[in-house]
Amino acid sequence: MEASFLVDMTKCIGCRGCQVACKQWNQNKTDKTKMGAKFTNPVKLNAKTYTNIDFFESVNGDNLTWDFARNGCFHCKKPACVSACPVSALVKTKEGSVIYRAERCIGCRYCMLGCPFNIPKFEWGTVFPKIQKCTFCHDRLLENKNPACAKTCPSGTIHFADGIENNLKEARRRLSENPGKYFNHIYGEKEAGGTSVLLLSAVPLDQIGYQKVGNAVIPDLTWKYIGGIPAVIGMVLAAGIGSWVITRRNKNMDKEDKS
Amino acid sequence: MKPTNDQIKLFTPATIGLLLVIIFGAYTVFMRFKMGDIHTNMQDDFPWGIWIGFNVLGGVAMAGGGFVTASAVYLLNMKKYKPIARPAILTAFIGYLLAASSIMIDIGHPLRIWHPIVMWQIQSVMFIVAIHVLLYTTVLALESSPMFLEKLKLDGLKNIVEKIMVGIALFGTLLSVLHQSSLGAVYLIVPYKLNALWYSSILPFSFLVSAIMMGLCMVSFLMILSYKFFKCSLNMAILTGLARGALVTAAFYLLVKTYILLSGPGLSAAFAGSMESRMYLLEMSVGVLIPIFLLLLPAVRNSLAGILLVDILVICGVIINRLNVSIFGMLRQAEEMGVQYSPNGNEIIISLFMVAVGALLYKLAVKYFNVLSYEDV
Repeated sequence: MEASFLVDMTKCIGCRGCQVACKQWNQNKTDKTKMGAKFTNPVKLNAKTYTNIDFFESVNGDNLTWDFARNGCFHCKKPACVSACPVSALVKTKEGSVIYRAERCIGCRYCMLGCPFNIPKFEWGTVFPKIQKCTFCHDRLLENKNPACAKTCPSGTIHFADGIENNLKEARRRLSENPGKYFNHIYGEKEAGGTSVLLLSAVPLDQIGYQKVGNAVIPDLTWKYIGGIPAVIGMVLAAGIGSWVITRRNKNMDKEDKS
Repeated sequence: MKPTNDQIKLFTPATIGLLLVIIFGAYTVFMRFKMGDIHTNMQDDFPWGIWIGFNVLGGVAMAGGGFVTASAVYLLNMKKYKPIARPAILTAFIGYLLAASSIMIDIGHPLRIWHPIVMWQIQSVMFIVAIHVLLYTTVLALESSPMFLEKLKLDGLKNIVEKIMVGIALFGTLLSVLHQSSLGAVYLIVPYKLNALWYSSILPFSFLVSAIMMGLCMVSFLMILSYKFFKCSLNMAILTGLARGALVTAAFYLLVKTYILLSGPGLSAAFAGSMESRMYLLEMSVGVLIPIFLLLLPAVRNSLAGILLVDILVICGVIINRLNVSIFGMLRQAEEMGVQYSPNGNEIIISLFMVAVGALLYKLAVKYFNVLSYEDV
């Protein structure tokens, strides 16, 4: 099984059922929230909030329209966070989820720096802090159950499927059968080398808070350096030993001259 | 050079200043470990602050003088520089100890610092960095051990270390090249976060070259400070030699930086008038262009004040470069996520604490061990 979401924001009604289900299943504590300029609450993802619905309000003439965005881990096919972690605390499972093994983590936060979507969060201000992020409800996947948010979603916004390809097909079908309804882009098809969560929206995605992320497979960027290390070792050793041998011979010749 | 140790006074106004910083800093460090994470301005969308940007990246770059001097003396047999081998290697050792301590304070689980040693993850640049910090700090301990061993009268051990010094120096050079460059490679993972003025696939190489440049100037800077404060004699030929080395490295570094600029965002990006472009110009003029110009003048290259000025400029310039890569170049992206970062009092006091501890350790080592007056050809 390789879990995948197709998240169709045009279907979202902003009920935040997914947020509540996520908190319940993962037993995450609530945040103290307050009303702000936006209806989004909690305002951002944090160590206690793996997913939230972002509310965007716009005025078209006399009409008020809402656009919603779902935030959460994209479970990249080749995750930057997994490649960043020096101790394999983050791993991509064969079920498709990116999960965290707290007992290994040293708290260096390189995963947070590396993630192009800024998903891993840190328990700041605690004695033994953990990284926190959406697990794709890995424990539910193992029991062949849908992740809690998808299970709860009443409007069918979060569509769960086994296999990214199936969701890609479905996304393309929706785009071609409903001309004009969608902004013509499947977010996550190519971003960061492709992700397990695919997104469709009526409006351009950067208008509703999604990061502009290029198509590079991020672990490949650092691997270019790491893969070159053996060659560097060879060169430095050769140059070092070579110069030592040559300068030593010169030194010995100096000595002979003197004697 | 004659022994100068006794002339070094233990309590001077500067030392008392250092001690004050250390007392405040030690209290903050204590709170950090007692209370868990003290309040800092690091946050979810800006996870690394000045402890990484200044203390780790800056401290390690500063230590670049250690491997440059060690390879010049032990591998290239440049006898002229033998008198500076001890101070240069000691500085590097202190720099690495402090960088490692800063990492311990920064990470969430300092007690698990050993995890990378057993949980290999070779895809991770952070793993490469961790292993190199560990190995190279060990090598630096070995490289600087003769001065401690002779004080302890362990001559047998000292002879063994000195016999294998060439091997140690070779291994140290290898580790340094990899570690300096891997710190640049850490930032290869942020192509969409780091400003294009700095992001480049040759960032690792740029970090290595600038560390060599800064290392040469740091050694020269310490020589001059030791002359001024510890009244030890001064070898002008060494200083001029270091200055010439710095000039060549800086010229090469300018080529590297020009390549990054032209192959990336283009020349106009440097003059765009944004915060980033101003920081870039500051870094380049302070750390590269003005030093190159000054060093091209023989009058500067042969004067103590001139060399001191160039040293300070280059050291500041490279530190600005590290801060640009780790902080200023990343702020725009953080702003898009709705956050800002500037270090708070706790972060600043711990950063200064590290610098003060370094300076004090250096002074104590110079006073109690044979660091500066070492001359064994």
